[in-house]
Amino acid sequence: MTRFIALFARSQLAFFGLIVLSFILLLAIFTPFLPLNDPNVIDTSNRFKLPFSEGAILGTDHLGRDLLSRLLWGTRLSIAVGLCAAIIAAFIGSAIGITAGYYGGHADNFIMRGVDMLMAFPYILLALAIVAALGPGLMNALIAVAIVNIPFFARNIRGVTIGIVHREFVDAARLSGMSNTKIIITEILPNVFPVIVIAMSTTVGWMILETAGLSFLGLGSQPPQADLGSMLGEARAAIITSPHTSVVPGIMILIIVMAINLVGDGVRDVLDPRLKSGALSTPRSTTEVSKNKSNTGLKNQILLSINALKTEFRIGDRILKAVDDVSLTVDKGQCLGIIGESGSGKSVTALSVMRLVSSPPGVITNGSIDFNGGDLLELSSEDLRAFRGKKISYVFQDPLSTLHPLYTVGQQLSEAIQSNSYVGKSEKNKKALELLKAVRISNPEKRLNSYPHELSGGMRQRIGIAMALANDPDIIIADEPTTALDVTVQAQILKLFQDLRREKGLALVFITHDFGVISQICDKVAVMYAGKVVEIGPTAKILDSPAHPYTARLKSCVPELGQGKRNLLAIPGFPPMIDNMPSGCAFASRCQKVKQNCYLTAVDFTNIGQERGVRCLFPEEIKAG
Amino acid sequence: MIGYILKRLVSAIPVLIGISIIVFIIMALIPGDPATAILGSFATPENVEKLNRDLGLDKPMIQRYFIWLGNMLQGDFGRSFSLNKDVLDEILERFGATLILAGVSFVLCSVLGVVAGALSASRQFAITDKLITLSVLIGISIPSFFLGMMMILFFSVQLRWFPVSGMWPIYGTRDIAALLSHLFLPAVALSVVATGVIARLSRSAMLEVLRQDFIRTARAKGLSETRVIWRHALKAAMVSVIPVLGVQAGFVLSGAVYIEMVFQWPGVGRMLVEAILKRDILLVQGGVVFVAACYVMFNIIVDIIQSLLDPRIKI
Repeated sequence: MTRFIALFARSQLAFFGLIVLSFILLLAIFTPFLPLNDPNVIDTSNRFKLPFSEGAILGTDHLGRDLLSRLLWGTRLSIAVGLCAAIIAAFIGSAIGITAGYYGGHADNFIMRGVDMLMAFPYILLALAIVAALGPGLMNALIAVAIVNIPFFARNIRGVTIGIVHREFVDAARLSGMSNTKIIITEILPNVFPVIVIAMSTTVGWMILETAGLSFLGLGSQPPQADLGSMLGEARAAIITSPHTSVVPGIMILIIVMAINLVGDGVRDVLDPRLKSGALSTPRSTTEVSKNKSNTGLKNQILLSINALKTEFRIGDRILKAVDDVSLTVDKGQCLGIIGESGSGKSVTALSVMRLVSSPPGVITNGSIDFNGGDLLELSSEDLRAFRGKKISYVFQDPLSTLHPLYTVGQQLSEAIQSNSYVGKSEKNKKALELLKAVRISNPEKRLNSYPHELSGGMRQRIGIAMALANDPDIIIADEPTTALDVTVQAQILKLFQDLRREKGLALVFITHDFGVISQICDKVAVMYAGKVVEIGPTAKILDSPAHPYTARLKSCVPELGQGKRNLLAIPGFPPMIDNMPSGCAFASRCQKVKQNCYLTAVDFTNIGQERGVRCLFPEEIKAG
Repeated sequence: MIGYILKRLVSAIPVLIGISIIVFIIMALIPGDPATAILGSFATPENVEKLNRDLGLDKPMIQRYFIWLGNMLQGDFGRSFSLNKDVLDEILERFGATLILAGVSFVLCSVLGVVAGALSASRQFAITDKLITLSVLIGISIPSFFLGMMMILFFSVQLRWFPVSGMWPIYGTRDIAALLSHLFLPAVALSVVATGVIARLSRSAMLEVLRQDFIRTARAKGLSETRVIWRHALKAAMVSVIPVLGVQAGFVLSGAVYIEMVFQWPGVGRMLVEAILKRDILLVQGGVVFVAACYVMFNIIVDIIQSLLDPRIKI
């Protein structure tokens, strides 16, 4: 409960709403005890007195009645009626919803059909029909508004109940021989209660509006009794001559409903974090960069150079160092593999190159990414766009979620083709077909009109690759492009990458957690662990004799064909949490060769000759040659 | 496609029957003897008996329902005693006005709501977002009838930009310009609440979509932010916005009641309120069934649009 209040108070608007609402509620409760004029005393000699006149702070209405007094009594009535309607609707609606959800089957079917029928009516129309049958009157308006809102509760509560009914604790209660009624009251109700509260807090404002509306039409409260709606209705005739008689009750309704809506939003955000997801921040188009200007030139054959890159995620007060001091280079036409476990920072490194790391929360805090003679991290979003997809392309892991579900393959391809300059329609089509052929898709004419969900996983990945090829990039960054695919398709995609590299002279950064994949296509490999590169070198040499204990363990996780009996060793333990890095070597706690020194100070990256480097105090002996 | 439309039309039949049953049951709620309730203090035994016969109240419930349903299917909605006129004729005469008002409001609230929501989401936490969020909050909290009255006061009485009420000028030509000037204020007043609801939903749907992987793909392709937001994100967000548009159409159609009262708009809503106050049950019954049936049909159109937008829906 204290947590609830703390969370609630954090939302300033909701808190403000609560204060306003409490004030109005207090006024409404204490209205009978306040020194007010009688709201129903008619004094026709004092009609339409303006606000701030003597004896009537808010003026008087068309019968000379005191507006302040009528306003407070009307507020009291409106809130009471709205609340009653909400409670009745919530009670009956929840009862129906729980019954339907708990018993299921025919009962559920029958009840929900009825609810659907009620929902097929335009909302207010149904209330009108009910009032028409019962006759005008405040009580009848209350009943009508309550009935109209029952389906909303029934449907929501049923949904939640169905989710609970098959959970273990309900099964346990049933097995222990509890009666259905008892299970509903002791097991189901407490669990659906928050949902009922949310539904009530978001609808009570509506119900106050609706009852006021019916009263406004003359179908609710009858004279001399007046709620806010009927005050407005009576004042309508004098709207032009004495607008204050309308403004006073109108503003009151607005304030009440707005305060309730603010509080309702606050309650919903606190009780239902799922709905709150909308309040989370969405990523901008480019990752934020906050670092000093760097000064580095490129040697001739180097195409892309990542220098001392640091990328962090800033979530509240916590800083997660996803990429910490990573330096890598890719030569023209070279294939660099980046390998590591999930969470090792390999994807974030790759996404940092084109600044596609979600930001917020991602921030690049250090380093430079040198490409084409400049630092990509110093470009504006608009300038960066000239590189994205044109010089540097991406192929992502899961092509079902990374392709737009509602556009055809052809549309998505031509969009990529056209992204830097206008291309004619027939030209675009020709190019799209070429691309599909280049990635070896059979029947390409037909595929252009397919939607992503109509294709197989391998085919979708080929589309992803075709899209990356659209503008003849210098380098493709492939982020686990084969992970979601089965083994035979994986082999085909790898072969495709190989062929494309040969045909187009592409450089490739290939991210994977699979040494098998690395050994097939990469010239060079970087091993990442806990946001750092722990070993780097030519693929064959690293596979032959790994220098870092982690590389050795990772390699021995991969089964090899024709190796006969060999123990596949999983690496014991887990990588450290990136918000709580040890001061020494991050792998120390899982390392078999660990020594006292490993825990003490950060380990530097050291060259061990022949383009090889390792971040370890006690590297393995490497074979010469 | 045609198969899908037919299927949806057929599936509307049970809903329409359900609606007629509900209206019939509600009308059976009339306390005491309906004829006496309708005739009130003017009831003489002869009148009561005659009305009972006219309403078919001397027969059992089930039989009464089928007679009523059969008559309606033949276009016989009964006769309004307060207007001394055929109910269906009166409804058809009035429905055009409601359709113009609600239709224009619906287009307004859909377009404004979606654009405001998308804009708000694409500038999350920026000043635009905060302004839109605040306007939306006021929009969904203000009673439309109060807003309508204030608009009359300000735009018609103070500024004299628009006529105070009605659908046509009392004297003068009935041309499109005259209609538009009469239509503007009521259409805006009617659309405000729905605009707020749609904007809220569009905003959260957009925020949800903007976090999806395919948006990152679009950015990785080097597309402009305008294209990413208004083509890629908005199209995907519409999948969850369109069903809400269907629901809001119902709010607009029935919320027209208040606006028609405030602006003296000669539509079905005002007819219903007047009929209720005069206890003209047959007119109310007919009006409610008619409008509800139109709304069911409208929702079928919404479903069809949805299936055109989203290829994943099996048609």
